[in-house]
Amino acid sequence: MAVRQGLLAVLSDGPQHGYRIKTRFESITGGVWKLNIGQVYTTLDRLERDGMVKTKEASDSKLYSLTPAGKSELAKWWEPDATSETPPRDELVLKILSALSLGTDQALKVVAAHRTALTLLLQQRRAQMNASDKDMSLATRVVNDSLLMRAESDLRWLDTCESRLLAERAEQKESAR
Amino acid sequence: MSRIPILEFMDVVKTYGTGSAETKALGGINLTVAKGEFVAMMGPSGCGKSTVLHLAGGLEHPSSGRVLVNGLDLADMSAPQRAALRRSEVGYIFQRLNLIPSLTSRENVMLPLELDGVGRREAAHRATEALNTVGLFHNLDRYPNEFSGGQQQRIAIARSLVAERSLLLADEPTGSLDTVNSDEIIELLATLPARFGTAVVLVTHEPRFASWADRVVFMRDGSIVDESTRSSTGVM
Repeated sequence: MAVRQGLLAVLSDGPQHGYRIKTRFESITGGVWKLNIGQVYTTLDRLERDGMVKTKEASDSKLYSLTPAGKSELAKWWEPDATSETPPRDELVLKILSALSLGTDQALKVVAAHRTALTLLLQQRRAQMNASDKDMSLATRVVNDSLLMRAESDLRWLDTCESRLLAERAEQKESAR
Repeated sequence: MSRIPILEFMDVVKTYGTGSAETKALGGINLTVAKGEFVAMMGPSGCGKSTVLHLAGGLEHPSSGRVLVNGLDLADMSAPQRAALRRSEVGYIFQRLNLIPSLTSRENVMLPLELDGVGRREAAHRATEALNTVGLFHNLDRYPNEFSGGQQQRIAIARSLVAERSLLLADEPTGSLDTVNSDEIIELLATLPARFGTAVVLVTHEPRFASWADRVVFMRDGSIVDESTRSSTGVM
């Protein structure tokens, strides 16, 4: 998520001061996305320059609110973006592809190492979620679900890689006979 | 968690067939599961993880090496002794539930107790408690086919728990269930070590289910290739 659109989303609640926008942003992102106040004001200045927000002097600081252009930008952001057909340049994919260039054994080693590390991450995240389940905010739960499911998805992909690599290795052995 | 072993595999080899048709399912496995530990086993199809469960339950015998359950070597035991050990120590949950359709859910759970000579009244009382433990409180005198798939799996778990076994072997136990029911069954299994000190060995393809385990063992080509052990605090 871009910080810019995130701040517009916070402002859709109504006019707010800079510090309140910062804390609200951090709260809605489940505490996993911390912003420094300088970054918040810089982004708000740019949004004002681009006509997305307007300001009003209040007693002690500026109050920021959405303009019609800001509301329209935000509405566009909620819509799905199905235009990109290029798969993301994921570092894990790149690592496996690079290992593959060195042979199936090296690729299997890298797959196994990453699978173990990701599984451990999943186990620890699960334990953390179980330990603090009752006190967790909805936002934190949603963030945790996302982390769990992404790790799960990577693990599934690694399992598929392993199956393909094992099949390839068996075929290589067969043709070498 | 206690580190007293309930299940030990020592250099266990398992082969099927002979001569040119010989296939090695396990190529010298060493594995120890402690009392009250939850271990998940993962790996591609045919990697040998289900064979590990069959050997652990004494359903098959190793070609070489030793399998110990609660310190007792299964190879040193007669068939009746192995059967007695299985009834007293080891429970199974499979994808196929193996519930007896002509017995009510309560009678299905009573069965292992009655085979052990427990009186009918006592068996019925303990079966009811076991069914309550897995979240089933009503209609316990109905037949298995009158329950949903998830409820039937709960009955199977209750049956495997009723004799207070110290080792529960679960082979893809959620295979036929939908996501919500599957999650509930795994969560239920994950509570057993803390509630009853039961060690659980779960064979699964699902990373999500394996994440509940204290330790995940990865197998490939009949060997253990890696393990992932969660720290006791679970803090990242």
